[in-house]
Amino acid sequence: MKATTPAQDLTRGVWRENPVLVQLLGLCPTLAVTNTVANSIAMGLATFFVLVGSSFLVSSLKKLIPNEIRMSGFILIIATFVTIVDMLLQAIVPDIHKALGAFIALIVVNCIILGRQEAFASKRPVGRSVLDAVGSGAGFMIALLMMGAFRELLGNGSLLGYPVLGPSFEPWVIMILPPGGFFTLGFILLGFGWWKSKEEEKPKLRRWPHGVVSKEAA
Amino acid sequence: MSDERDDAGTGPNAQGGRIGRGPALSGRADVPALKLVGTLAIAGALAGMLIVTVYQWAQPRILAHQARVLGDAIREVLHDPDHYQTLFVVNGTLTAELPAGQDSTGLDRVYLGFDASGAPSGFAIVGAEPGFQDVIRLIFGYDADKGRLLGMKVLENKETPGLGDKIEKDSTFTGGFAGALSPLRGVKKGAGTGKDDEVDMITGATISSRAVIAIINHRLEQIGPLLGKYHAGVTQ
Repeated sequence: MKATTPAQDLTRGVWRENPVLVQLLGLCPTLAVTNTVANSIAMGLATFFVLVGSSFLVSSLKKLIPNEIRMSGFILIIATFVTIVDMLLQAIVPDIHKALGAFIALIVVNCIILGRQEAFASKRPVGRSVLDAVGSGAGFMIALLMMGAFRELLGNGSLLGYPVLGPSFEPWVIMILPPGGFFTLGFILLGFGWWKSKEEEKPKLRRWPHGVVSKEAA
Repeated sequence: MSDERDDAGTGPNAQGGRIGRGPALSGRADVPALKLVGTLAIAGALAGMLIVTVYQWAQPRILAHQARVLGDAIREVLHDPDHYQTLFVVNGTLTAELPAGQDSTGLDRVYLGFDASGAPSGFAIVGAEPGFQDVIRLIFGYDADKGRLLGMKVLENKETPGLGDKIEKDSTFTGGFAGALSPLRGVKKGAGTGKDDEVDMITGATISSRAVIAIINHRLEQIGPLLGKYHAGVTQ
């Protein structure tokens, strides 16, 4: 395992190892609740909170959790956070909670969260684990926002509920239905892959002069 | 990430990156089962306490919100009554006063609205049945004297966005219930003959529209006779 700087821990999950766009994790909520921007934001924030809270606790308690039951321990911590988020959303923003429905409870089994605990928080210092969780959580939110903005714009002609495409626009209803989620994810991954391959074609021009970044990327 | 774990399980744990591991993690079968169970039990108890704390804070707010939503819906389907009263179904009759010792939880109930002069203006009744995707929950106002509906509002639906969810959003459809004669009969849009018991269904959302009509009809079949009886008692 390579040593990483705090900045790398933070930024890794945002873009270069984005949980959705690169690792293709957490696709269930990515497809299911991204039919509007508001839902994407709420789901992203809820997952972000659970991820950061769980990483903090798992990393703090890692010496107390015996190896044999670490998975049960992680799940217990994650499930506690999710239950709390679920109740808080229901008490504070009931309309959002209604729209997200069962998917809040399903954050428990979101593999992004368990993955970060197992791969990172359970063996790294607390500060780094929180940075890593913040990065991954932000990356997840960025991916959800891209999905949500695309789908709401085409499927409803609006963004965050405000009409932007005018009355003459005929909404593509399919974009806010489940197939629209698959189409959108496909196009976003296609675009992302295309962009990445372009980037790799011209590494020399883009890299930091001192070769710091290229060493890390190699 | 599973690869890393396999290494950790079988190989020496001194592998790079495994910083700060306690002695509990160093061996495989060293930890007695009792300790494992104990750790999980304590962790579970702590988690439970935390959840209960949050629950006690959140629950009153959740209930208050639900009550507010229901209250608004009742006023809407009864067209702004002066006030309304909750009636419970106990032993096959409607009553405003619960018998001593009876808990109101789980009892079927309706809401009776009154106009400014104190005369009953109609019942608001909640009903729920499966629609196209999931259960549709709705409330409707009903004038037991005339046997006509006063209004209908969908409280909860997960029908297809853009098609089935029109049962909640399409005001032509929801408005079609006001004044309709019970039992209702759903007709294709434009195919009606102008009879009072006809409700125009939504094109492209036939199943959802039918479900709404069925919910109202079933509910009135079940509870309608009680309403008539109670209503006669109040107005005499």
